Amino acid sequence: MTTATLAAPAADLAPKRRPRRVLPGFGPTLGFTLFYLSLLVLIPLSAVFFKSFSQGPETFWAAASAPRVVASYKLSFGAALIAAAINVVFGLILAWSLVRYEFPGKKLVDALIDLPFALPTAVAGIALTALYAGNGWLGRLLEPLGIKVAFTPLGVLVALIFIGLPFVVRTVQPVLEDMETELEEAAASLGAQRWQTFRLVLLPILAPALLTGFALAFARAVGEYGSVIFIAGNIPMVSEITPLMIISKLEQYDYVGATAIAAVMLIFSFVLLLAINGLQAWSARRMGER
Amino acid sequence: MAGAVASTLGHAPAAANQGRYQSNPATREASWVRRTLLTLGLAFLGLFLILPLVAVFTEALRKGWEVYIAALTESDAVSAVLLTLTAAVIAVPLNLVFGVAAAWAIAKHDFRGKQLLITFIDLPFSVSPVVAGLIYVLLFGSQGWFGPWLQAHDIKIVFAVPGIVLATVFVTFPFVARELIPLMQAQGRDEEEAATVLGASGWQTFWHVTLPNVKWGLLYGVILCNARAFGEFGAVSVVSGHIRGQTNTLPLHVEILYNEYQFAAAFAVASLLALLALVTLVLKQFVEWRHAVAVKEAAAS
Repeated sequence: MTTATLAAPAADLAPKRRPRRVLPGFGPTLGFTLFYLSLLVLIPLSAVFFKSFSQGPETFWAAASAPRVVASYKLSFGAALIAAAINVVFGLILAWSLVRYEFPGKKLVDALIDLPFALPTAVAGIALTALYAGNGWLGRLLEPLGIKVAFTPLGVLVALIFIGLPFVVRTVQPVLEDMETELEEAAASLGAQRWQTFRLVLLPILAPALLTGFALAFARAVGEYGSVIFIAGNIPMVSEITPLMIISKLEQYDYVGATAIAAVMLIFSFVLLLAINGLQAWSARRMGER
Repeated sequence: MAGAVASTLGHAPAAANQGRYQSNPATREASWVRRTLLTLGLAFLGLFLILPLVAVFTEALRKGWEVYIAALTESDAVSAVLLTLTAAVIAVPLNLVFGVAAAWAIAKHDFRGKQLLITFIDLPFSVSPVVAGLIYVLLFGSQGWFGPWLQAHDIKIVFAVPGIVLATVFVTFPFVARELIPLMQAQGRDEEEAATVLGASGWQTFWHVTLPNVKWGLLYGVILCNARAFGEFGAVSVVSGHIRGQTNTLPLHVEILYNEYQFAAAFAVASLLALLALVTLVLKQFVEWRHAVAVKEAAAS
C-alpha cells in the first residue's frame, strides 16, 4: 500500500468538505503537466507579447498595420472565411452521404477524408500547384476559360479548402450518427416535406456542430503556411498571406516587425479558441438534451 | 480545441444503422436528391483530395524510376530522412509521456481550473506553425532572451537540430493528451479506485487497469502525433536555417528541390511522405476498428 492510501482515512477524520482523493499520483502528474506545458508552450508564447510590448505602442502599431501587412490580413482572413464556408457546404454533404447512404467504396472515402491531416502540407502545396499551374491537369482546362488559379488569390483559396475539409466532416458526422430518427418521423407524420424537415428540424440540431467545424477550419486556414506558399505565388499586396509576412520579416532580421504580426495572429487565435470551446460546450449541451 | 475534434477516437456508430435510413420513408430523400448529393460530395472529394494525391505519384515517376530512385538515395535526401526520424523519435515519446501524465491528472482527479488547463494544452493546435517557429527564435536566437548566454557557451539551438526538435515537439504537443483525456474521462474512475482499495500501488493500477483500457486510444494519439512530426513544415522551416545535409527535414528538402526546379526529385521525396500519410491512414483505420471491437467486447462482458 502506498502512503497516499494509508493517509486517506486519517485525512477523513478531519471535518473538511474537501473531496478525498482516492487515486494516487495527482501531485506528480499535475506538476509534470504544468512544468512541461509552461516550459514548451506558455513561456515561449509569452515571449511574443513581451517582445512586442517592449518596443512601445507606436513601433508595434507601425509594424502591425503597414499596408503590405494589412493586405496580407485581408487575403488570409478573407480566403480562410470563404474556404471555411465552402467546406461547411461540402462537408455537410459528405458527412450526410457517409452516415445516410450506402455506396461502393464508402469505407475508403471515410478513411480518405482525413488525408489533409496526414499529408504533409508541403506535399499538398506542390501537388496542388502542379495541378493548377498553366500546364497542369486542371490548369490546362481552366486557363482557356480565363480562370487563373495558381499564383493568384484563388490558388490560396484552393489550398485552404484542401486543408479545412476534414474539420467540418468530422464534427458533423458524429452528431448525425447520434441523431434519433424519431424527430424526422414525427415531422413526416405531421405532414412536413423532406426539405422542410431538413431546414426546420435537422439544420437547427446540426447548427452548433456546423459552426464548430466552420470555426476549426477557419482557425486552421488563417495560420496555414506550407500548403499555401507554393500555389500563392507570393506577389506583394496581391497574394501574400500573413504567415509569409512573418517569415519575410524574419529573413530581413526585422524581429520587431515579425513579432508584432505574430502578436496580432496570436490574439486572434486565443479569441477563436475561446469561441470554439464555447461552441463545443453548446454543442455538447444540445446533444445531451436529446 | 482546434484541430482536436476531428481526431477523436471512439465514436463507434451502431452497425444496425446500415440501410436503416433508406428503408424508412421519413428519413429517405427522393432518389434524384440522393444521387445529386452523392455526386456532388464525391466529385468534390475527387477534385480536392484524390487528384492531388494522384498528381504526387504521377509527377514523381514522370522521368522514370531511375530519377526517382536517385532522388531518394542522394546523400542530402538520406540525411533529411535521418533528421526527420531523429526529430520524431525525440518528440513523440516526450509528448506521449506528457499526454499520459496530463490525462491521469485531468481525467482521474478533480481540481480548480481544469477547463483552463485543457484549453492551454490545446493552444499549439490553434497557433500558426510559423508563430510556433518564431517563438523559439525569440527565445534562443542570437537576439533572443537566451541568445547571448547560449553564444557565450557555444550552444546552438536555433538554425540547428535542437531547434527543429523543439518546433516538432511544439506542433505535436496536444495529440496524445487530446486523445486520452476524453477517453479516460468517459471510462470513469471506478476500476482504478477498486484496484487502489484492494491494495494496488499507483503504478500497478496504471499498468494493469488503466493502460489496457486506453491502449488503442494511446496508439491512435501516437500515430497522429508521429504523422505530424514527420510532415511539419512551417514551424521547422522558421528554425531550420535550411543548411543542406544538416538541418533539412524531408518536407524542407522537398521545398528546396522544388525551388531549384528539380520537380521530379521534389515529387519523388514528396511521394515518400505521401506514402507515409497513406500508411498513417491505414493504421488509423485499423486502430479505430480494434477500438470499436474492444468497446463492444467490454459492453458484452
